[in-house]
Amino acid sequence: MKSDNKLRNSSIGQTNAQPLLEVEDLHVSFDVRGGEVQAVRGVNMVINKGEVVGIVGESGCGKSVTAQTLMRLIPSPPSRVKKGSIRFAGEDVLKKSEKEMQQLRGGRMGMIFQDPMTSLNPTMTVGRQITENLIRHRNMSMKEAHKRGVEMLNLVGIPLAETRMKQYPHEFSGGMRQRVMIAIALACDPELLIADEPTTALDVTIQAQILEVMKELRNRLNTSIMLITHDLGIVADVCDKVIVMYAGQVAETGTVHEIFNNPKHPYTQGLLESIPRLDDDKSQPLVPIPGTPPDLIKPPTGCAFAARCKYTMDICTRVDPGLFECSSTQSARCWLNHEMAKEVHA
Amino acid sequence: MVRFIATKLMYVLLTLFLLATVTFFMMKAIPGDPFMGEKKLPPAIYNNMIAKYGFDQPVWKQYLTYMNNLLHLDLGESMKSANRTVNNIIQNSFPNSAKLGLVAIIVSVIVGIALGVIAALYHRGLIDALATIVAVLGVSIPSFVLAPLMQYFFAVKLGWFHVAGLKEPLDYVMPVIALSALPIAFIARLTRSNMVEVMNSDYIKTAKSKGLSKAIIINRHALRNAILPVVTYLGPMTANIVTGSVVIEKIFGIAGIGKYFVESVSNRDYTLIMGLTLFYAFILIMARFLTDIAYAAIDPRIKLNSRGGGS
Repeated sequence: MKSDNKLRNSSIGQTNAQPLLEVEDLHVSFDVRGGEVQAVRGVNMVINKGEVVGIVGESGCGKSVTAQTLMRLIPSPPSRVKKGSIRFAGEDVLKKSEKEMQQLRGGRMGMIFQDPMTSLNPTMTVGRQITENLIRHRNMSMKEAHKRGVEMLNLVGIPLAETRMKQYPHEFSGGMRQRVMIAIALACDPELLIADEPTTALDVTIQAQILEVMKELRNRLNTSIMLITHDLGIVADVCDKVIVMYAGQVAETGTVHEIFNNPKHPYTQGLLESIPRLDDDKSQPLVPIPGTPPDLIKPPTGCAFAARCKYTMDICTRVDPGLFECSSTQSARCWLNHEMAKEVHA
Repeated sequence: MVRFIATKLMYVLLTLFLLATVTFFMMKAIPGDPFMGEKKLPPAIYNNMIAKYGFDQPVWKQYLTYMNNLLHLDLGESMKSANRTVNNIIQNSFPNSAKLGLVAIIVSVIVGIALGVIAALYHRGLIDALATIVAVLGVSIPSFVLAPLMQYFFAVKLGWFHVAGLKEPLDYVMPVIALSALPIAFIARLTRSNMVEVMNSDYIKTAKSKGLSKAIIINRHALRNAILPVVTYLGPMTANIVTGSVVIEKIFGIAGIGKYFVESVSNRDYTLIMGLTLFYAFILIMARFLTDIAYAAIDPRIKLNSRGGGS
């Protein structure tokens, strides 16, 4: 086993990193009465083994849809994958049958949802909810599964695990329930953990604990994590790589260092500027990004962010910029990164 | 649990006592008495009868006597059917009603839940529409219309069943359908709406993300949560079926308890009115009681404590 540090370094953008998940040009649409909502419009991403990738963006930008499409959790209809491919450990997820997907879900991919208060079944003991996973995917007997369940609860820091196994979700606090969710998601040692805003519904101290648990587990089990959040603070704390999404597209992607120190997309810059800081002058108002995201039933031509951008140029409203490579690990969907626009940006 | 049952039983007794008191005085407020028939009795015989049953005494004294007998589980003697005690009548007629009612309750629950689940799973599809039509028909056609219609078509025209009676297993079909049409419709609608809601809930998404098969998700995760409100309905439903059976028993000529209930009032058969009212009340209270226990068994969030419970 390599040390955690080595793993961490090797997984970032280097050639020897092994890709676990490759999403290519993914388009997902929802057919609704008013037409077709293009929730995801050409997303590319790679998650390597042992890597923590943060996905940020405002509500409705396609983060959760992307995540749930990876596990094919969104019922179809109304959703449908229009284009693109998802490769997980070299296998095409979109071509799998429902049976094969069931093997993948829970076994090799785990998912944690936003609201721990509603994501556990209220009429089943916590123990049963952990063990059913193990019995299904690991062919364990009741007894083995129970033992493993207790281990998992210990692992995520739930005291008195043996007693807790027999209790129902309503006997747990929000933070404890989210720990249970993590235990369920990780019970079968999945290669990929998708965490869809795992701390949004929790208060700040519990948030920190949950993130600590996830970091520790990543280090111990070398699980890849896809972390969806609005909270840039969490990204800076936990992630190796960041994907900023806007209006169903990747606006910018790069290492945490690049995104926070040298953002190349005005949207990323806006997000970073809008974070309130402790040392800010309190009399100054917060700096929001003006306007609202575009309607995804009729996405605008050109850059989706043009209407809200302070650098909008002529070309922005007419031609979609596509992703510009800014370094081997960073790219941004913005015309400002074009050679001819370099001086404007400066 | 033991404490819960003990407290509950106290309430049952209190309810029955209050009910007996109120019914007794209301019944006495009805003008006339059991011996005022169309043909007038000679005054001497009439007075003798009144004296024999103690109706010449003050009402409060009659009340005390009755309550004393009730304490010994003696419901008294019927005043119209000679030589038959009320206990006797219940013993002879209730088994028929109970068998029919029980079959109807079981059919209602099974068919209702099945229809509801199927409708929910094919939400907005053709099967959903069919199930909805069945439900609307069930709710809107009264049993006293449905029963004679079935008798006419299935018994008289097609000759599949006997028109009336309750001797062979097949004889149960029509009365059970008539009795359970409304509860089936109600349960189906209730189950459907709950099931649709539950299937969209977060914990079903969690179950899916665990890679469980659809059958397991529905049976283990969804159904139990979706039928909780149905359990709540079981209490009132039992009441519906039990009282509904008064009409149905009459239509199908079944020697059940319902017939006596209707006749006792028009005959002013005091002891029979009292006895049957208390008996019905007891059954209904028991149904509520069992509902509470079932509810707690299904939903762990509900704890049976000595203060809790609906009724």
